[in-house]
Amino acid sequence: MRILLVEDDPQAASYLTKGLKEHGVGVDHVADGREGLFRATAGGYDVIILDRMLPGLDGLSILKAVRAAGDTTPVLLLSALSDVDARVEGLRAGGDDYLTKPFAFAELMARVEALGRRGRAEKPQTILTVADLELDLTARTVKRSGKPIDLKPKEFSLLEYFMRHAGQVVTRTMLLERVWDYAFDPQTNVIDVHVSRLRGKIDKDFDKPLLQTVRGAGYMLRDPAESA
Amino acid sequence: MIRPKVLKTFSFRLALWYVGLFAVSATVVFGFIWWAAVTFMLGQTDDIIESEVWSLVEQYDERGLAALSMQISSRQRNEASRSNIYLLVDREMHYLAGNMRQWPPNIEPKGYPEWHTIPVTAANDPAPLQARVRVVTLMGKIHMLVGRELSDVMRARTIMAMAMALGIFFTVIMGLIWGNVMSVKLLRRLDEINGASREIMGGALDRRIPLSGSGDEFDRLAVNLNDMLDRIGELLATVRQVSDNIAHDLRSPLTRLRSRLELALLEPPDAASQRQAMEEAIDQAESIIATFNALLTIARAESAAARDNFEDLDLAALVRDAVELYEPLAEDKFITLDASMEDGLVVSGNRHLLSQAVTNLLDNAVKYTPEGGVIRVGVGHGPCGVVLSVTDSGPGIPEAERENVLRRFYRLDESRGTPGSGLGLSLVAAVARLHGAGLELIDASPGLDIRFCFKEQPGLPHPAPVPAK
Repeated sequence: MRILLVEDDPQAASYLTKGLKEHGVGVDHVADGREGLFRATAGGYDVIILDRMLPGLDGLSILKAVRAAGDTTPVLLLSALSDVDARVEGLRAGGDDYLTKPFAFAELMARVEALGRRGRAEKPQTILTVADLELDLTARTVKRSGKPIDLKPKEFSLLEYFMRHAGQVVTRTMLLERVWDYAFDPQTNVIDVHVSRLRGKIDKDFDKPLLQTVRGAGYMLRDPAESA
Repeated sequence: MIRPKVLKTFSFRLALWYVGLFAVSATVVFGFIWWAAVTFMLGQTDDIIESEVWSLVEQYDERGLAALSMQISSRQRNEASRSNIYLLVDREMHYLAGNMRQWPPNIEPKGYPEWHTIPVTAANDPAPLQARVRVVTLMGKIHMLVGRELSDVMRARTIMAMAMALGIFFTVIMGLIWGNVMSVKLLRRLDEINGASREIMGGALDRRIPLSGSGDEFDRLAVNLNDMLDRIGELLATVRQVSDNIAHDLRSPLTRLRSRLELALLEPPDAASQRQAMEEAIDQAESIIATFNALLTIARAESAAARDNFEDLDLAALVRDAVELYEPLAEDKFITLDASMEDGLVVSGNRHLLSQAVTNLLDNAVKYTPEGGVIRVGVGHGPCGVVLSVTDSGPGIPEAERENVLRRFYRLDESRGTPGSGLGLSLVAAVARLHGAGLELIDASPGLDIRFCFKEQPGLPHPAPVPAK
């Protein structure tokens, strides 16, 4: 995966670049807004990480310019502005995800992976499958090894999200944002309990545990037989 | 004496306007008086002439021409009628009697009495004068001209005109002078207020603008400015308190973080313990970040700007989402989570902040309710509007502490050990205030009942408005 990082803070940039490279991601870093726009429109990136406050051209203007040029490369916005309205503004300008500083690197990594995967052309599916777990989007049913599993509506949405991001790290904040549409962190382990509930339903009576905990980051749904 | 600064003032310009209009009015009034006086005097002259004419006519009627001529001659000699003019001529305009030498050339006697104003000259004085004359024809044969020379009247007229002009002139001058004096007085009051404001803004923030005690407009202005200063003082105090709170309450976790890292440097440098130190440090940092975020959210909830983005919300749907989030957690603690919602109740608000407030309440409720307890969540109609209530069966909050718990970072002694930043309820309070909703903490014996009371918005027709997702 190749990433364009547009970030003017040298320390943050070096830290992010190192972290991303360690995860096997290729990183091109620019510190100036205009340079960032130039590189972005040149294309060839799987994900663009864009800081909102930049010298030269500010992040949102770059984003709008990129989108106006018809480029649909997924963009992750980084910003110190944490209020919901700033977030909504960023997403409306064409951003695909929004992370407030300070953030945990694992959070950034999980989201970058989620965006990178999304970039690849995916035909709309009605049935999601991971190992022997099957989720039917139209019938709203879940089966594992042919056995039907009864899930509450929220549990269904939760599982759907996991399956769409199978093999990727999914953080608690991502789940809160996507499944509950909450842009804040309740601090207690509410999500953990939901996940363990879900795990109880889809993993407990079956041989292969699909829903795993990733320490320091979140969770991942994957077929353990597949190589990482 | 008139300082240039005064000339630029609004009050001076106002005075100028006033003086100008007053001068115009004065001119009109004085002018009218002058005109009335002159008209009266001229009228008087005419009356005198008229009565002369009729007494002479009577003479002629009763005693004939000779007697008339004699009357005229005697009146000429009389001091009292010295300004009078008499002339008697026959049908051919030949002189018969009088002090006028000849009949004025441009007067054609028409048979009926007429008034004329003609130029005349006195015998020993070449200066031209005006005279007012009455011309009558007696018995169709004799023409008589009786008049009065107007130099007195004219003189009086001129003198009066000069007096009037002088009057107007002095009125204007006085107006300007008093205008200046008034401006100075006004300026002094305004300068006082301006000076006091500048001093206060320069740093003496607890001073106030002095009042004169008269209760006039300047005093009212001063009172209003003082009220604004009071408000500024309140806001500053809040800001100071927030900074104090932040400084005080974040100092501890930051110190702990630092100490932990310093300790790690002192410990034997083996990977395992260093790793653990780093993990603990990250945990500390996370909790500090969480506290900051909570403080920011509270600040946001307290700023009026959040009200700009209010939208109509279905309260029951919003609360149901939050309840759903906490259900598993409650179940794990064997707590019964009982929700009774009335659908279709619409409130105007900020979805994000309200959700956060509700989750805070549920979080607290689950945290403080013992195993096997009950939490009741309700959305419905109440006497004050739309009521949202969360009731737990935990230890509750003693009455004395109910005000305090809404303050930032305040934790009851019993709960100091449990995790949490102590900001939950202060956020709830800030959100309530932002939404103009009443917030009540009621004893549920056992436990605590927290109620929001919102003003209901007129509901939109079914289906329900903006869904919470």
